[in-house]
Amino acid sequence: MMTHQWPILSTVTFLPLFGALLILMIKDDSDNAKRNIRNVAFLTTLFVFILSLIVWAGFDNTDPGFQMEERAKWLGGGISYHMGVDGLSVLFVVLSAFLMPFCILASWETIKHQLKDYMIAFLILETMTIGVFCALDAVLFYIFFEASLIPMFIIIGVWGGAHRVYASLKFFLYTLLGSLFMLVAIMVMYWQTGSLDILILLNHKFSFHMQVWLWFAFLASFAVKMPMWPVHTWLPDAHVEAPTAGSVILAGILLKLGGYGFLRFSLPMFPLASARFAPLIFTLSIIAIVYASLVALVQGDMKKLIAYSSVGHMGYVTMGIFAANEQSVEGAIFQMLSHGIISSALFLCVGVIYDRMHTREIVAFGGLINKMPKYAAVFLILTMANIALPGTAGFPGEFLTLIGVFRVNHFVACIATTGIVLSALYALYLYRRVILGTLKKENLKTFVDLSFREKFILYPMVILALLFGMYPAPVLNVIHCSAELLVSNYNNAVQAHAGMVFLQ
Amino acid sequence: MLLYHGIVFLPLIGFLIAGLYGTHIGARACELITCVFMVIVAIFSWIAFFFMAFSNVNVLHIPVLCWMTVGDLDINWAFRIDTLTVVMFVVVNSVSALVHIYSIGYMQHDPNRTRFFSYLSLFTFMMLILVTSDNLIQMFFGWEGVGLVSYLLIGFWHQRSEANRAAMKAFIVNRVGDFGFLLGIFCIFVLFGTVDFNDLFLRSLSGQFSGGLSFFNGKIIGEDALTIVCLLLFFAAMGKSAQFVLHTWLPDAMEGPTPVSALIHAATMVTAGVFMIARMSPLFELASTALTTITCIGATTAFFGASVSLVQNDIKRVIAYSTCSQLGYMFVALGVGAYGAGIFHLFTHAFFKALLFLGAGSVIHALSDEQDMRRMGGLWKYLPKTYWMMIIGTMTLTGVGIPGTFFGTAGFFSKDPIIEAAFIVANPFGEYAFWILILTGFFTSFYSWRLIFMTFHGKPRATADIMHHVHESPPIMLFPLLFLGFGALFAGVLFQPYFFGYAYQDFWNGALFTSESNNVVHAVHHVPLWVKWLPFFVMTAGFFLAFLFYIVMPSMPKALKARFPKIYKFLLKKWYFDEFYTIFLVTPAFAIGRVLWKKGDMKIIDGFGPNGIAVRVLDITNRIVRMQTGYLYHYAFTMLVSLVMLITWMLIGSIR
Repeated sequence: MMTHQWPILSTVTFLPLFGALLILMIKDDSDNAKRNIRNVAFLTTLFVFILSLIVWAGFDNTDPGFQMEERAKWLGGGISYHMGVDGLSVLFVVLSAFLMPFCILASWETIKHQLKDYMIAFLILETMTIGVFCALDAVLFYIFFEASLIPMFIIIGVWGGAHRVYASLKFFLYTLLGSLFMLVAIMVMYWQTGSLDILILLNHKFSFHMQVWLWFAFLASFAVKMPMWPVHTWLPDAHVEAPTAGSVILAGILLKLGGYGFLRFSLPMFPLASARFAPLIFTLSIIAIVYASLVALVQGDMKKLIAYSSVGHMGYVTMGIFAANEQSVEGAIFQMLSHGIISSALFLCVGVIYDRMHTREIVAFGGLINKMPKYAAVFLILTMANIALPGTAGFPGEFLTLIGVFRVNHFVACIATTGIVLSALYALYLYRRVILGTLKKENLKTFVDLSFREKFILYPMVILALLFGMYPAPVLNVIHCSAELLVSNYNNAVQAHAGMVFLQ
Repeated sequence: MLLYHGIVFLPLIGFLIAGLYGTHIGARACELITCVFMVIVAIFSWIAFFFMAFSNVNVLHIPVLCWMTVGDLDINWAFRIDTLTVVMFVVVNSVSALVHIYSIGYMQHDPNRTRFFSYLSLFTFMMLILVTSDNLIQMFFGWEGVGLVSYLLIGFWHQRSEANRAAMKAFIVNRVGDFGFLLGIFCIFVLFGTVDFNDLFLRSLSGQFSGGLSFFNGKIIGEDALTIVCLLLFFAAMGKSAQFVLHTWLPDAMEGPTPVSALIHAATMVTAGVFMIARMSPLFELASTALTTITCIGATTAFFGASVSLVQNDIKRVIAYSTCSQLGYMFVALGVGAYGAGIFHLFTHAFFKALLFLGAGSVIHALSDEQDMRRMGGLWKYLPKTYWMMIIGTMTLTGVGIPGTFFGTAGFFSKDPIIEAAFIVANPFGEYAFWILILTGFFTSFYSWRLIFMTFHGKPRATADIMHHVHESPPIMLFPLLFLGFGALFAGVLFQPYFFGYAYQDFWNGALFTSESNNVVHAVHHVPLWVKWLPFFVMTAGFFLAFLFYIVMPSMPKALKARFPKIYKFLLKKWYFDEFYTIFLVTPAFAIGRVLWKKGDMKIIDGFGPNGIAVRVLDITNRIVRMQTGYLYHYAFTMLVSLVMLITWMLIGSIR
């Protein structure tokens, strides 16, 4: 226990709230004030990112347990303010903190009205998302997990596109359904164990019967967040209506909450149920991969296309988590992290041309390479990363997941591998229609290539998308020990149960 | 050791300089840098070749960097240098260097030539990664990497929609093959517990399988499992090497600039499948069913390519289908266990096919980008040097040479052993391959000379305007032709003893594995005399028939076309493969996608799920609150209430 040290996780988590407070105090009328709002928001997120890097630097890769723990009395009765990170969560903290400054930059000029509220919403969102990954108490987790939706609702509902009301209503209905089940499950767990500290819950052995009910309750919530087929239909609508930065956070971080939840709760706490219902997850996952890829093929809206591609990519993640071996779990985590960078960057790319044309219809574009060669190069690298070309960050995740799943179930892995053909199909088809060809349309002829601000946003992402493909070790090394522990605990539990059944 | 680093990384450095700083340093500087680097690399490659092939060193492992280590899966960036690698070094880098130099002339009017040269260097780097790979994953990296650059270069003239279409097709069809590659890797990892070549080969030869494969409770073990692995890998090779059923992308790839066709779609990338199977010979040699499949597919491809080539009118497509066909020969060689002969044909083919393509490029360049042979003719007077080089290429492709002597072109020395090897394999598949290859030899000779006669002889059929501009290519384009012509003439007689002759063992040094029972290397010397002479006769017959059709009686082809319109159409339409795939694969994929979206997502999931409920909720909220974001507070309120309930409940619980 290192409670005597500087509580760095709380600092990282709540610093954005402090920034939001500062912004709240700025009077929002003059251009000067607007500049101050932007600067405060950017500097806050930048500072949070630097702090998150310090967390990463201070993280001990060889320790599979929780680190940098903080504990304080809170509600009493087994519910405390407990924070900490392990190999499964620490990089998600870094990812969230990494994406935020880019979101602020991406909104620099595009957000015209209610700038102050917008920045406050984003900073609150940052606190909530980082909090989810740091929380080591189920109530704390639940609060962050659910509260992260409120700023997102507002971002879509206020700064969104034409059908923003429908999109946020759909989002609301889906998540409400899921979260209620999770709430009940948390209550039941408290009733069973007398504590909601995740460390205690992890060591508690629930009966098989109990595990099944709890597993399904958590599934209801996490499956919506992933999103898994068939509860995925909120995602394309939410993406289409959200402003660019909203899409970035949605794809980059909010989709990862579900996967993280599976890793933190479902797999380690309910191993027997996970093992029993892994075939269900496999089925849903391969349907998601094939189905979403085929649907992506016929989309006319760029954001919808990328959204459906995300559904497919998350199929690999769910499949990998429940295959529960080292390759598949590490692959799933890597896939989530790389997808967080790649799909975010793709949404930023769409934002670049949306800002110029104010449409995302694929047919409105064509031949952009003639006017925007740098943009074409960036889009190409990201497209290749999206279809998991070896050497890009998309590859290790997909490859490890597939090889891990193949060890457990050949058939499932075979079907899932068709995703590499289908993803190439929709991604290259998109690239061909938007970027390649002759520049025929009059209104495209005035386009200028990436501005300095756009380069500043996209280039780091492109570099990371390549770097982690060639040399994923810095990421994988962090994950190793915790994933190993997770898998071995899972296997022990499943084997012990099998042994007991055998003895009876 | 630094030699090998230089060979692999200099092209990468060239790519980075030209790709990142091309606009700053200018096109001329990019051309110079990439070309000089490639010439250095080519010279290094020959040094490495002579060092490796004529020394006692078996194999070198040069670790570079750790890539991924996850559980028992350990993947490193590393080079594996053995005779097979250095042979590929020589092929890839010699042709690449010459194509780089040639392109200075060929692309001199193109505004995007810095991009072109950077892609060429990137391609070379990817190809080198592929051939030096020490494990399957690195090979897959190179494998997909060359696919990417091939995509970029086919679509280099991105204003042409045909080029973009062809580029995408190439990538997708290759990905279909890569699907097999990935599954093959997974199977190997499950069976052998490693993806490293060294361990893999050791375990495969000593029979250490750590289990089997299982599909739906059906267990597949031992040789059957190995057969599945090999078939999956061969499927990947079929994609990359444009074998029958996965060949459709290669002819379309001719939309790319001609130097690209010479380098990627004739000499190097398309032979990656052959290389891969030769590399994996310790596995394939143990899977006889897989080998017979390879023989059959190879022979069928050889025949298919040559048959389609007979009637094509686009000069590049004739050569493209010829490439398809020649790759079929290589696969037959692999399938009958004559790995050395397969690689030898790869080696000579790289020279003469690059020569033919670059020669064709010289013609196209001279005729202001005309590619249709029906609008050529009579060019030999105008392009004498190109003409003679094309004659050399054609003689090599058709395999001119006198059996039993040292007089022969490279194609003769590399192709005839394949036919002989097919003959001695005592099974129906070998027999099938033998007769098919003989027939193909006849076709090859016919279409090759047809190309020469239609292009260079007869009356000029181009417009007067174009004929006015016809000019012999500049020396910078002719010089690479000269080099390749030299290789096409003499590479056969010089290297045959090493690749597939008396010095086989010393030369390969274990880089190619042949099992105890496989004695094809020695047996080819004892085939009957008629087998040795038959290819010679069909080749001569092909020449005379072409001479008859296109020089003596030019009305003959038209009469035949009118007499057999169905067969002509069938060949011209390339056996209707593209139409078949469009109807049965592409259209359905889009249709299914549309149905899943409109019906699955919108009607079923949304209709019964959120929209059904939403309609109700919207009704109510509209009546109660006329605020857009009303339900947001609604939601926050729900959450708050539930939280309060939860906490209250727990507090009560803790008091009790």
